[in-house]
Amino acid sequence: MQAEETPIVLPDDPTFGTEVQVDYPGYRSTRLRAPDRPLVTLPEELHSLSGPVFGEHALHEADGDLTRQHDGEPLGERIVVTGRVVDEDGHPIRAALVEVWQANAAGRYRHVVDQHPAPLDPNFSGAGRCLTDDEGRYRFITVKPGAYPWGNHENAWRPAHIHFSVFGRAFTQRLVTQMYFPGDPLFPYDPIFNSVRDPRSRALLVADFDIATTEPEWALGYRWDIVLGRGGPAMTPLEDT
Amino acid sequence: MIRTPSQTVGPFYAIGLCRRTENTLVPPGDPKAVELHGTLLDGDAVPIGDGMIEIWDGRRWGRSGTDSEGTFRFLVTKPEVVVGAPHFDVFVFARGLLRHQLTRIYFPDETEANALDPVLAALDDVERATLVALEQNGNLQFDIRMQGDRATLFFDH
Repeated sequence: MQAEETPIVLPDDPTFGTEVQVDYPGYRSTRLRAPDRPLVTLPEELHSLSGPVFGEHALHEADGDLTRQHDGEPLGERIVVTGRVVDEDGHPIRAALVEVWQANAAGRYRHVVDQHPAPLDPNFSGAGRCLTDDEGRYRFITVKPGAYPWGNHENAWRPAHIHFSVFGRAFTQRLVTQMYFPGDPLFPYDPIFNSVRDPRSRALLVADFDIATTEPEWALGYRWDIVLGRGGPAMTPLEDT
Repeated sequence: MIRTPSQTVGPFYAIGLCRRTENTLVPPGDPKAVELHGTLLDGDAVPIGDGMIEIWDGRRWGRSGTDSEGTFRFLVTKPEVVVGAPHFDVFVFARGLLRHQLTRIYFPDETEANALDPVLAALDDVERATLVALEQNGNLQFDIRMQGDRATLFFDH
């Protein structure tokens, strides 16, 4: 008799909404960690409360260029990743703190828990941060991360991705997510990517290759815009000051 | 426009998010500072050693990764009231958590203010109790349980 197993990847189902399915069964670690009781709705006005604001002092030189944080340059395909942070109405969010972290070109993280037998790169830490400009634009220079194996199921591999953390203006605009690269052959097999059940929404996690961002003789360019929630009515006066 | 959906912070978030110590919400030497600590627990009551907690009091912000015992720590003072009783807004991140969860930490010595707080007032006694820290030798303890009968109450956001 065959043991019944949960499928790793479930079919598209937009009835789950555009946000991630938090208890997605194919990603095993959700089972004991996703809340198992209904969420309680906060009064509407509390969604507009302001969140932390970060200034230039939060940044170091070279924080936005992950290829210049060591004596030498990291190995791998040099890339520029840029885009805009906007709210649901398309308004730019300026001075948003954007933080990134990623594996190196071989698919290895500089972290004690990562035991994947791929080489570390002495010239790559894999972390960066920047503030968005007046148009909500951020920009990082880095190397394309490699895919890497993980223990979720037999022969499980994560598609190449860069982790993003973003602070908007309102506390509830906070977002932590992952940016993927176009055309990755691992997409159909990855439960984390597919935990977003609406294909239109899932597509928002994938950057576009952009020839205009690509710099001749130097680096490929990718564009990836980030859309945060509205953040409530308190945002407008804050933005105008 | 559709919002960019969330994805898990994963097991290696410390590379990008815990490069510096950011768990102090008080000026150095503040005599009123107390430690706010607690344990992040999964549905089997096992400590989550790869989680991260962010707290916000309306003016000051901090974050703390959890250690191998699932413990997080902050240095805090009681925030000024904006709406309702003094509290921290709290986000919980972890491997296995595809979207961060929102909860609140209220103070155990604010019985009257807590009774008038509009968010606490809408909850039953069991739910309310999960949002109030315990006083412990002058410090504050607040455990976060992701699942089960004593699960911490989480808010939609």
